[in-house]
Amino acid sequence: MLKKSISFPYLLWMIIFVIVPLGIMVYFAFTTSGGSFTFENIEKISQYTPIFIKSINLAIIATIICFFISFPLAYILSRASDNYQRTSMLLLMLPMWMSFLLRTYAWMTLLENEGLINKFLGLFNIGPVQMINTPGAVVLGMVYNYLPFMVLPLYSIMAKIDNSVIEAAQDLGCNIFKVVIKVLLPLSLPGIITGITMVFVPSVSTFIISRMLGGGQNMMIGDLIEQQFIGSTYNPNMGSAMSLILMVIMLVVMGITSSLDDDEREGIVI
Amino acid sequence: MKKIALVLTFLMALFVFPFTENIQAKEKVNLRVYNWGEYVSNGEDGTLDVISEFEKKYPYIDVEYTTYATNEELYAKLKSGAANYDVIVPSDYMVSRMIEEDMLEKINFDNIPNFENVMDNFKNLSYDPTNEYSVPYTWGTVGIIYNKKLVDEKPTSWEALWDEKYTNMILMFNNSKDAFGIALKKLGYSQNSTDKKQLDEAAEELKRQKPVLQAYVMDEIFDKMSTGEAALAPYYAGDALTMISENPDLGFVVPEEGTNRFVDAMVIPKGVRHKEEAEIFINFMLEEEIAKANIEYLGYSTPMQDVYDDLDEEIKNDGISYPDKKILEKCDTFINLPDETNQYVQELWVDILASGQSSVFELIFLIAVILGLGLFMIIYLRRRKKNM
Repeated sequence: MLKKSISFPYLLWMIIFVIVPLGIMVYFAFTTSGGSFTFENIEKISQYTPIFIKSINLAIIATIICFFISFPLAYILSRASDNYQRTSMLLLMLPMWMSFLLRTYAWMTLLENEGLINKFLGLFNIGPVQMINTPGAVVLGMVYNYLPFMVLPLYSIMAKIDNSVIEAAQDLGCNIFKVVIKVLLPLSLPGIITGITMVFVPSVSTFIISRMLGGGQNMMIGDLIEQQFIGSTYNPNMGSAMSLILMVIMLVVMGITSSLDDDEREGIVI
Repeated sequence: MKKIALVLTFLMALFVFPFTENIQAKEKVNLRVYNWGEYVSNGEDGTLDVISEFEKKYPYIDVEYTTYATNEELYAKLKSGAANYDVIVPSDYMVSRMIEEDMLEKINFDNIPNFENVMDNFKNLSYDPTNEYSVPYTWGTVGIIYNKKLVDEKPTSWEALWDEKYTNMILMFNNSKDAFGIALKKLGYSQNSTDKKQLDEAAEELKRQKPVLQAYVMDEIFDKMSTGEAALAPYYAGDALTMISENPDLGFVVPEEGTNRFVDAMVIPKGVRHKEEAEIFINFMLEEEIAKANIEYLGYSTPMQDVYDDLDEEIKNDGISYPDKKILEKCDTFINLPDETNQYVQELWVDILASGQSSVFELIFLIAVILGLGLFMIIYLRRRKKNM
């Protein structure tokens, strides 16, 4: 009884601020600006397929890079001394205390042809190397901004893996490679899944990173949706349809990743 | 039980509180002004604080001043009915759209005696042909900002933004309206063209321009121009002055083909609560001293004859804020275009931005990733079943 009454305000919150807006979005996605029912919005999205593919690709690449950086990092951190762990966690979190916009803006001035990196390279007569306004710059922005979301869940799950498990594997003749594949990866799977979701979802829907670092030529779904609402073409119906498709993509990705996991786990992402 | 009662009283207090506030407001009128960001002189660096001057002059009016970033944001807010404002300052095409959609209140010009001082060529403009709904606040043009150190000769035409000599040094608007406006003007058409053939031609021009461009940007222009990252960019005259004051190497020209002359006008939305006070506010903004302070702060151009007469000769003649009459004659103001045209332009625009990307390769990559993931899943799930 007590449990139910405690969850009531949250339930109310969910209904008002999650369920109702979702309903409004679905309504908009399937109506014209006049309010009559239509599939046109969804059909029209097919012409933006290249942009959807590009967004998903960039987000996948960013997620993979994040994973390969975070996995060893999280392992090393979880095995380090307490002091070392605390300091490195602080350093990892420190950039997140700054505004997201400011961090991305800073990358812009770093990567520009007249930027700090190219000026430094210029000292050795290299370059200027074209870095800004490329898809690579967009991926870099995503990795930089979302890396902590991958490191944190991996770290917290690896900290729980007992050293004796790894030692047992080694005693039974596993080399390092096998220890990672057979022991570390399966045991940290829930953390990997959370991490992938938390990096992929914001990456695929970002618009400010692609605008600032991609120079407008590397358009992503987020840019497209933003244009429909506060950009030069005001068409909330189309924008809602796009958001709906984006949500479906995310649901599929999250469905796939969470089906990989053991069913007995206590908390689930979706 | 006591706890629940406490919570209930607290909740009730929350609901009652706004009503008590309303009672107070009856004595003092709360005027809600919704304007562009950084669009009124605010008392910084010894300038005149216009809003508090107004409150000083009319002590019974309390101004609630908030800002927006785009016309569309303003439109969306009004349309959703989520907020009511007493005075708003949309641009030309948005004024005409709002008039068409019956979103504006007719202004009683008896309450705005200062309207007399508005220059004649800013009355009855195409977006409000009978001039019943709007009072111009500022105006300006779109021109080319260039870096004198990086560009050999002063550009005179829009052609400069297509110049292969400056490949990778040119910026372009990341907004379909302004980008198409430039392309249409370059071709000698009206920027309000609804002719699909002309729009297609403009889109071709913009596609042709893409290889020489460094990036499509909006506000990033400030940073990129003042550090010398880019050499040429189209932008609004008022902002150009801000950039020039930061980097004296920059210059600004209004191209000879003519350009977009935009007007931001004060209007009163439909169903407003304090129409009379809104008119008092608009009239106040037209007062010479106030309008002058605003113009000096903003760097945009004034539609007020008395303010213009008072300006330095230098400002009047430098061709930035007040371009030559010959060029001005070739300028248009945006009006509201039919939905069909807007939609068509948008489709062309996305096509331009997305063009030149190797989507075949990307598709292969995506399919490979999906297949790889699928394979991994099948193997993994099978193994798990075996182990069970």
